[in-house]
Amino acid sequence: MATDVSIEPRASFDGWTCPLPLRDSPNVVMGHGGGGAMSAELVEHLFLPAFTDGAPATLGDSAVLDVAGARLAFSTDSFVVRPLFFPGGSIGDLAVNGTVNDLAMSGATPLFLSAGFILEEGVELATVGAVAERMGEAARLAGVRIVTGDTKVVESGHGDGVYVNTAGVGLVPDGVDVRPDRARPGDQVIISGDIGVHGVAIMSVREGLEFGTELSSDCRPLNGLVATMLGVTQDLHVLRDPTRGGVATSLNEIATASDVGIALDERLLPIPDVVRDACSFLGLDPLQVANEGKLLAFVAPTDADAVLEAMRAHPAGAGATVIGECVVDHPGMVSARTGFGAERVVDMPIGEQLPRIC
Amino acid sequence: MKYLEEFQDPELARRLLDDIQATVTQPWAMMEVCGGQTHSIIRHGLDQLLPDGIELIHGPGCPVCVTPLEVIDKALEIASRPGVIFCSFGDMLRVPGSEKDLFRVKSAGGDVRVVYSPMDALAIARKNPDRQVVFFGIGFETTAPPNAMTVYQARKLGIDNFSLLVSHVRVPPAIEAIMTSPVCRVQAFLAAGHVCTVMGTGEYPALAERFKVPIVVTGFEPLDILEGIRRTVHQLEEGRHEVENAYARVVSDDGNPIAIEMLEDVFEVVDRSWRGIGMIPQSGWRLSQRYRRWDAEDRFEVGDIHTQESAICRSGEVLQGLIKPHECAAFGKECTPRNPLGATMVSSEGACAAYYLYRRLQVPPPAERETVGAGRPEGMG
Amino acid sequence: MCLAVPGEITEIWDDDGTPMGRVSFGNVTKDVCLAYVPDIQIGEYTIVHVGFALQRLDEKSALETLEIFRKMGELDAEFGDQWGRAAEQAGMPRPDLAGGLS
Repeated sequence: MATDVSIEPRASFDGWTCPLPLRDSPNVVMGHGGGGAMSAELVEHLFLPAFTDGAPATLGDSAVLDVAGARLAFSTDSFVVRPLFFPGGSIGDLAVNGTVNDLAMSGATPLFLSAGFILEEGVELATVGAVAERMGEAARLAGVRIVTGDTKVVESGHGDGVYVNTAGVGLVPDGVDVRPDRARPGDQVIISGDIGVHGVAIMSVREGLEFGTELSSDCRPLNGLVATMLGVTQDLHVLRDPTRGGVATSLNEIATASDVGIALDERLLPIPDVVRDACSFLGLDPLQVANEGKLLAFVAPTDADAVLEAMRAHPAGAGATVIGECVVDHPGMVSARTGFGAERVVDMPIGEQLPRIC
Repeated sequence: MKYLEEFQDPELARRLLDDIQATVTQPWAMMEVCGGQTHSIIRHGLDQLLPDGIELIHGPGCPVCVTPLEVIDKALEIASRPGVIFCSFGDMLRVPGSEKDLFRVKSAGGDVRVVYSPMDALAIARKNPDRQVVFFGIGFETTAPPNAMTVYQARKLGIDNFSLLVSHVRVPPAIEAIMTSPVCRVQAFLAAGHVCTVMGTGEYPALAERFKVPIVVTGFEPLDILEGIRRTVHQLEEGRHEVENAYARVVSDDGNPIAIEMLEDVFEVVDRSWRGIGMIPQSGWRLSQRYRRWDAEDRFEVGDIHTQESAICRSGEVLQGLIKPHECAAFGKECTPRNPLGATMVSSEGACAAYYLYRRLQVPPPAERETVGAGRPEGMG
Repeated sequence: MCLAVPGEITEIWDDDGTPMGRVSFGNVTKDVCLAYVPDIQIGEYTIVHVGFALQRLDEKSALETLEIFRKMGELDAEFGDQWGRAAEQAGMPRPDLAGGLS
């Protein structure tokens, strides 16, 4: 997660402050890391006021900064996933692809990464080695280089084995202006493929939940796909990779940043059967389940067909499809037409997603 | 998923709706008892598709919502004790007690763990013999057999570091309490399908007869709910008040006799207080004498708890179907899922949360309701 | 309350006197306690709530119910707009579901 602190004025946040700024809690709770509303609150009301000088800020996936005539994209992300190795990936893959993708969501070509490690005393070196190998491989696949890093060790009992932070830089080509506040009524909302895959894959191996499934995480780099899309049109309005908190969270953030409404059609959502089944059994909404190797794109209606075609021709976008559009109604809110013709609101999860009994 | 998705078919839904439309000649108000049914109705927008005269009153069938405040506060107290591993279903973690919730206890260092099944808590007890493991045993009759089996196993295997904090509630006494309320508007009930899976339908004919209300055992998928409503409408139009089973694929009149036998062994009926409603006689279960050793309230001797409900929360009236969530002045303002004042806003099937999650588009826009400072209700986006 | 979903029994075994089973929910499987449905067989369906099978699902009943739903409205198609006439008789406007379900 990063914030855009570039100099140009962004969308105003007047009218978006909530009357009770932070939940009445003096301590960090797990929900603050869930990627949903509580995480957003923490950024909004605790970090941003401390980091910025009161200038309005847009919450993009990465910051785009004007430096010596070039536009530099800069992003950071930390990885605390448990278990460290899961079907289809590892904390290492997430660490590289996560930052590569954050940069790509600003339209940037990712170039270099740093890697910081916080290791718990007692963790097996073979484990750390395996994580590092996966990071190296992921970097090669994504076409980026890990050029600097740091390692710290904490006492046993203070870490979860391995925590990784990556930061990355990339360059945004001239003419490309991808920002969360650029969505406009009429824009088509495109998802690059199936939703809910990563979250379900992780849950299936989480202690206490464990369930059997063939599903693997969809973790992968998206910079190649974005480059292909930019080849069709430089005028992509918004790009976002819907990670924690799912598609619902990303769409709500964009709806708010752009002050538009978003109307989805549930019948158009590409939800694989296995995700549907797992969510039914746990009582979860697939729109709120984490993804990894997927992106959302907001494109002008005139560009939609061409962009879709290009996406589908690329391995990372084979399942690309339109799931809705931006509307003038209910700005800042996301609605969905249900399979029965009624309309419902799509909200972001409050904190962590938990299976329910009711 | 087989035997699930077929019951979500929009074309078949249309046919059920057509029949309801063709049958209804006057307004009717019916209550769906179970929170899971409320959730499904609002999630799919089924009530938007019904003829205008049919009103669905959302019942108190959300065990999370009705767990008494004293019990929540006791849970928080026990979970805060050193050496305790407090296990719970995910639903309970954000329910506000008088001052805090289980998430806050966790962040202050309490070992609070979410489990999918009560047996997971028992497994944790076996793996941690030097810790006290407590499972928060809430729920209606559906969840009681799983909780019962867990305590039964604890006793059988001699797992003494395990205990159950029990707050089970029963549906038929709640129906009786609702129908005897002087402000009752309910003319029929959609009975809770999974409760009946366990308990059967035996407790309902007397209620149907006494209060002259149709009671139709109803499932949870859209077609099940529409069929329950359809049969109810037919009964109301024809002046009948019978017990019908519209969820026959998993409900039989006898229920599950093995489960019932286990419940009779492990639990005994007691009076219980429902949050927001008050005391309903004979409406709860506690561990029977034989299993009392595994009762967390006894084991932990949690003294007097002074409870404090939010002064402006009207979840009691919502639970009794007297007001709709958006008719509460705090709805969407001081009270949101992110910052709930009462339990009906916490549970995903509490009527307030369901309305908030799925219905904000139809609620009157903020300009018409007094708002504190902001231009939009808190929590948007 | 009571999120319980239907699944198919694919394996059965005994765990220290307690019957356990592997249940398949489409593309997801979970190990479930079968103590409350001790006679259930592989290939049969059950509904599962918090790791316990609560009741056998009667497949024949399920299919019959769906068939009844499918047959609804067939008479209308054969004999004309009955529900429109019924609405008329009740003094209500002919309902228009066209915008509701499409």
